[in-house]
Amino acid sequence: MRPQERRKFLRSIALGIGLVGTSLLGFIPVLGGWVRRLRPPGALQEKQFLAACIKCGQCVQVCPVEAIRLADLDEGFGVGVPYIDARAQACDFSCDGLQCVLACPTGALTHELNYSHETDMGIAKVVSPGTCLAVQGKGFRGQARGADFTGTLRYDAVDRWNPIPVRDHPYDLELCDLCVRQCPIEIRIAQCEAGTPPSGDERQCPPQHAIELQAVADESGVTRMLPVILDGCVGCGVCEMICPVEPTVIVIDGSESRGMSA
Amino acid sequence: MSQLIDSLAELLGREPRKKPQPDEIRPEIVAIHKDKHEDKSRIEKIKIEMAHKAQHVAPEKLRRKRWAVLILVNLLFVVSFQLDIQMLEGALTASRFVGFHMADLNSALQVMLAYKHVVINLLIGTVTVFIGWWLLGGRTFCSWVCPYHLLAEWAEIVHEKLAKKRLVKDYPFDRRARTWFWLIFVVLAVVSGYTVFETISPTGILSRALIYGPGLALLWVALLLLFEIFYSRRAWCRYACPIGLTYGVVGALSPFKVQYHLESCFHEGECRKVCLVPHVLNTVIKGRARGLDVDIGADCTRCGRCVDACPTSSLTFKFKGLGDLL
Repeated sequence: MRPQERRKFLRSIALGIGLVGTSLLGFIPVLGGWVRRLRPPGALQEKQFLAACIKCGQCVQVCPVEAIRLADLDEGFGVGVPYIDARAQACDFSCDGLQCVLACPTGALTHELNYSHETDMGIAKVVSPGTCLAVQGKGFRGQARGADFTGTLRYDAVDRWNPIPVRDHPYDLELCDLCVRQCPIEIRIAQCEAGTPPSGDERQCPPQHAIELQAVADESGVTRMLPVILDGCVGCGVCEMICPVEPTVIVIDGSESRGMSA
Repeated sequence: MSQLIDSLAELLGREPRKKPQPDEIRPEIVAIHKDKHEDKSRIEKIKIEMAHKAQHVAPEKLRRKRWAVLILVNLLFVVSFQLDIQMLEGALTASRFVGFHMADLNSALQVMLAYKHVVINLLIGTVTVFIGWWLLGGRTFCSWVCPYHLLAEWAEIVHEKLAKKRLVKDYPFDRRARTWFWLIFVVLAVVSGYTVFETISPTGILSRALIYGPGLALLWVALLLLFEIFYSRRAWCRYACPIGLTYGVVGALSPFKVQYHLESCFHEGECRKVCLVPHVLNTVIKGRARGLDVDIGADCTRCGRCVDACPTSSLTFKFKGLGDLL
């Protein structure tokens, strides 16, 4: 090989190592377990989800509450993959038909489910019961997350079709039960019990409760109301979003559950 | 048939075929060369025309049109989401055009290999896009749609200016590198179970940045552009991008081509100076053409810069009818 050709060849090898090496850096955040994201409804188990997702964001585009965002390059192979930051904006199922699942072209959000209660995004956990207003016997008045909070929810009584900003819907509660009151599963159960299931479709009725305030006696024998997560919780994150305490008393753990596999 | 094999081999990185031996050249081609050689007045006229052109640089019309198309397509993605008009939803990796599924072939391939499972919507999208780009020329995707291509063209203009002042030099790579990348990323997707290539795909990164907002990933794109400005002209598109190779294969048998006409060509070489993939224009070098009308190979992105640059209109777009294909 002529020296010029030899240099070109070595240069090309270096380019190869550089590019492939850079792409493999994507392993670090994924295998290092840095990425613990709440994924949209119907998401496959994390490993399969990252493989199946084509990173197009069609799920982002159809979500009426704009709960879904796409991850950046710091999440390695998860770049362009959708997640939900529940504290900022949870999935409240106000699309009723799991639009993100329908939009997904690759089945990364599995098409094998149709109703909100069939999803399994994660599970809510009460992480700091001591600061919970209900546990302290306190009520709540005003905007749940303050005047600057931009998150939205659908309030059926206000507008059946369009979500509105949470700040435009102040509360006046003798005992704070926002996490139970706004739980999409609980709302659906209440609608079904009242004989008016969502969209008039009985199949929308969740079979199990997701969250309730339970009377629990503490060490000193005082009875306190504590939010308790039940089997019907799908991990949508509305309780985390609506909790008026900073930092939130209740968070979604999206790393477990997700039993879906196609 | 041998032309198709050559076209594919050159796409994969083989050097173009050597000059044909005298006994390989058809007599009518020999006659054309002789006629042209004797047509001194025509040669003089072309020289004067070219000198005039060099002094009065006119905008490249086709290039402007192509940029407009590229920007419009990407804008359609942006406004479909931002203004919620739902014409073209998604990003370049996968989308829905008025409801019809479309999937980028390379992205779809990565997903299929990593996930090892193909849902029907993805298959529909892949086949639709396959047929679409087969009709339109394959790598037409690169120069008419890919947002990185546009940025790289601008970076190339900067590179050329700096090169003229001798501030930078173009260090070419081995063109076979792209084929290796394609294979490596296929193997990585299968073995690792992740869509490894998508992590560094500037096409996907840019498309998402335009539609969903910018992020850190743009730093990687900036790095690639700097590399192309200061070290190697159009390096990503020429030597690296597996998307380009995928579409190149799709376009190998496309009815839409750039076609070279030997009879009117006076071998000025203007086309090769502007071409992203000059090896496909090897046939225009004097004595190389093996036919009167030669289809330009599969690696051609149908960008049309050669069509604009040719002083004698010897390169034209050609949409082959059924009759031409048989």
